[in-house]
Amino acid sequence: MNQTVKSKLTITAVPEHTVEIITNSGEGAQKCATIFGQTCAKMGNGVWTVEIIPAEIEPPHHTVTSTSGNIVRFGTEKVTNWGDRSKLAIAFNDQVCLSRHRLDSFADDCIILQESSWENHENESIRKMYAEAMEEMSSKNYRFIQVPIEEETLKVVDNPQHGKNMFALGMLAEIYQRDLSIIEKQIAHIFHKKPAKVTELNIQLVKNGMEWARENLDFQFHVETIPAVEDRVVMNGNQAAALGAVAAGMEMCAMYPITPATSVSHELASIIENYGGIVHQAEDEIAAAGVALGASYGGKVALTVTSGPGMALKTEFLGLAIMTEMPLVVLDVQRGGPSTGLPTKVEQSDLLSSIYGQHGDAPRVVIAPRSIEECFHAMVTARRIAETFRCVVIVLTDANLATGVQQFTRPVFDARWQQDPVDFSPVEKGFRAYDWDAETGLSRRIVPGTPGGAHTVTGLAHDEYSNVSYDPDSNERGARMRSRKLAVFQSTLMPPDIHGDEEGDLLVVGWGSTQGAVEEAVDRARAEGNKVSTCQLTFMWPLEPGLKEIFSRFKKVMTVEINYSDTVGDPYITEETRRYGQLAWLLRAQTLVDVDCWTSCPGQPLRPNDIYNSIIAKNEQGASK
Amino acid sequence: MSSIPISLLELEDDASACLVADDYQKKEGKWCAGCGDFGALNAVKRLLAKEQLRPEKMAFVSGIGCSSRFPHYVNSYGFHGIHGRALPIATGLKLARPELDVFVVMGDGDCTSIGAGHWIHATRYNANMTVLLLDNNIYGLTKNQTSPTTPQGHASNTSPRGSLLPPLNPLQTTLGVSNASFVAQTADWVPAHLYATLQAAYEHKGFSFIRILQRCPKFTPDVFAKQVKDPDYTELLIHEDGVNAPGLDKLFKAQRVHDPKDIDEARALAQRDDKLRLGIFFKDASFPVYDEIRAVPPVSAEEKVNRLNKEFDRYAV
Repeated sequence: MNQTVKSKLTITAVPEHTVEIITNSGEGAQKCATIFGQTCAKMGNGVWTVEIIPAEIEPPHHTVTSTSGNIVRFGTEKVTNWGDRSKLAIAFNDQVCLSRHRLDSFADDCIILQESSWENHENESIRKMYAEAMEEMSSKNYRFIQVPIEEETLKVVDNPQHGKNMFALGMLAEIYQRDLSIIEKQIAHIFHKKPAKVTELNIQLVKNGMEWARENLDFQFHVETIPAVEDRVVMNGNQAAALGAVAAGMEMCAMYPITPATSVSHELASIIENYGGIVHQAEDEIAAAGVALGASYGGKVALTVTSGPGMALKTEFLGLAIMTEMPLVVLDVQRGGPSTGLPTKVEQSDLLSSIYGQHGDAPRVVIAPRSIEECFHAMVTARRIAETFRCVVIVLTDANLATGVQQFTRPVFDARWQQDPVDFSPVEKGFRAYDWDAETGLSRRIVPGTPGGAHTVTGLAHDEYSNVSYDPDSNERGARMRSRKLAVFQSTLMPPDIHGDEEGDLLVVGWGSTQGAVEEAVDRARAEGNKVSTCQLTFMWPLEPGLKEIFSRFKKVMTVEINYSDTVGDPYITEETRRYGQLAWLLRAQTLVDVDCWTSCPGQPLRPNDIYNSIIAKNEQGASK
Repeated sequence: MSSIPISLLELEDDASACLVADDYQKKEGKWCAGCGDFGALNAVKRLLAKEQLRPEKMAFVSGIGCSSRFPHYVNSYGFHGIHGRALPIATGLKLARPELDVFVVMGDGDCTSIGAGHWIHATRYNANMTVLLLDNNIYGLTKNQTSPTTPQGHASNTSPRGSLLPPLNPLQTTLGVSNASFVAQTADWVPAHLYATLQAAYEHKGFSFIRILQRCPKFTPDVFAKQVKDPDYTELLIHEDGVNAPGLDKLFKAQRVHDPKDIDEARALAQRDDKLRLGIFFKDASFPVYDEIRAVPPVSAEEKVNRLNKEFDRYAV
């Protein structure tokens, strides 16, 4: 307790800081971090928030598996990823703190504000656990500050479980000089459905937290704020994708609950009926795809939302959609796999199964948003591609984007983003159900209700009249037409932007959600004089054009991905037997360039510093050759 | 030609129709001679003519199997899908386009085996569609494998010593699902009853489930031999709110007045195997219909943009 006796206050100016609030699940870390993050965003900081989620709803409290919380990284400039290790933490008990220590989540000089009541707890086993945890953590130079969070909270409310989070928020507000009036507004908004007393008590707790910090802490950090000039919104990737689906005019989302995708449908379920649509919770993942496909057959551009295990189950229906050329948008919020894998945690392991995971030749479009803002726009793009090319579009986000919170420029909506009205103009006698343009493979979609257009679509091989046909030429032609239209789509794409110089020693290629971390790492390496650049792909299939030419301008090319790859030199692993990261595999196959990879699948987003180290290692490897 | 009797009663012609039954035949059915699917197709064509349904205003959705070729032979929109999964497609279609008449055609393997999960839940959704289970007690297209409804002891390529288990009873299953609103049984060898049952199913608002008993001329020609030969093994369920076809009362002596609203008796009758029972086991139009309760008013593209702008105010910083 005596560590908190205050000496002279030191305010350290920093360009950015990373703070985490770690609690047992159910102790309100989420609310605390959300309000803090929103306040930072409103004041003009760049923000990225990450959830720390246990797989269980409420695991046993005060254990290393009960950790629930949030990481908030905020800075003067735009923040594009969760960054490196945390500089400050508020821990409601020693065990959740220990779990984060074991994950190497804290910077070596991390300041940890920890609940003080455990050290001298009446229960001996708790005291013992506490002592052991502190002993284990003493390997690092953390600065522990004991805070009577519970005791202070009890001065305002009867149940500290519902209040400690606001006291913690108050401490953060003081440490980072946050604007209390913004916090008050957020609290009032969050509790607007509750009695006014609830808002009052919560604000009182924040004020007490601020006062406690003012009187007891000898440090503060100052992160300069630059108020935004344009309108901005702040949300997570699942909310952005859901709103993107609405902005794209999608009126059917069929889904089955699966982590970490479900919150997309939560968001949609709460609003989509105001937009003429519904969320249908199907009996299983397969039916969700089927209902979406049925709605698409009826003329809607439909969406189904899932994660890896659900993708596996939907596979057969995706084949049917491809064979019948029904537009369908599938959002796969990737998590660790295979099988049930890491339900709440990030991985980029569904790339190859999304592109190739199908019996038969089944070309489809795969796009991977690179930021939370792109989660919104990708849905608009996906709808348009699906409809224009009568194809399946898979949007690959991941748990990092799904639960990460970031602000971005508020979109200016355009009614043309939405689906055009269905063309019900009558068709002539002798019409062809698939009037494939021989060059482009494109054809008019004839929807039930179109006079004269009655025909039966089928998953069997069929001719242009949709008659079942096992004729060799007809089958070849159908395959060619389904493939050709994606080549036409690819012809509309631009080569990827290069971040850094157009040529150099090393090109780092990433895809999807790792963009922010990769670019930050590359910037750091470049600042030290390394000739390294990066490009981040978003159209994964068909691939963006010009890759081979771009690769030729660099001595080496290396992908960075959150998935598994072998390391040469490990038992049994040679250059010949090595399995590559999924993007590296794809790029090698498509470009015949010797693309290397650095991958990792720790169940958490990549850290810029780890990527930086891989870049330096790759460069040195080159120098020694 | 088939060795099994085609029918016990001849169909009546429906003279007043502008589109006649054959106008609804898109192309010749490619089933084996004597297949019960022809009987179902004929009854369907007759119903479509009676109702004067426009080909573009209806859709037939099917799974995979002999019976699932059905949509290819009907002059309407059709979706020949994947094995067991006709019902999700039909549900999605009905949600998107509630004004269309939706028919679903499935076989016994399709519906009660690989598609069993969808069947139970589609029954509960109770979307307004007419659902035909063409049940010939066998897998035909894949050539003679045991299905869930294959009689115990019946030998097939996968059960050469005879099917080991008592067959699944689709009526019992369906009647056990909450919100089931229409469950009937008919047979391909009683076309007048088949047609009348189909008519009643079409008129019912909700998920109208008809099990049509039929024989596969190749693999199960004799599964209903007793009932086909002797009408006394069949009991007609009759009621003023049930299936009433002219002439049937003369043929079938065994008749039972059964109120289709009586779910307890419906379940009890479905469970008994002393006689084959044809008719409506259960019907109640007061249950929630999924496509009705999920209906939402359309919103113009411009209005959506307005509402989205308000939505984004929630996220503004």
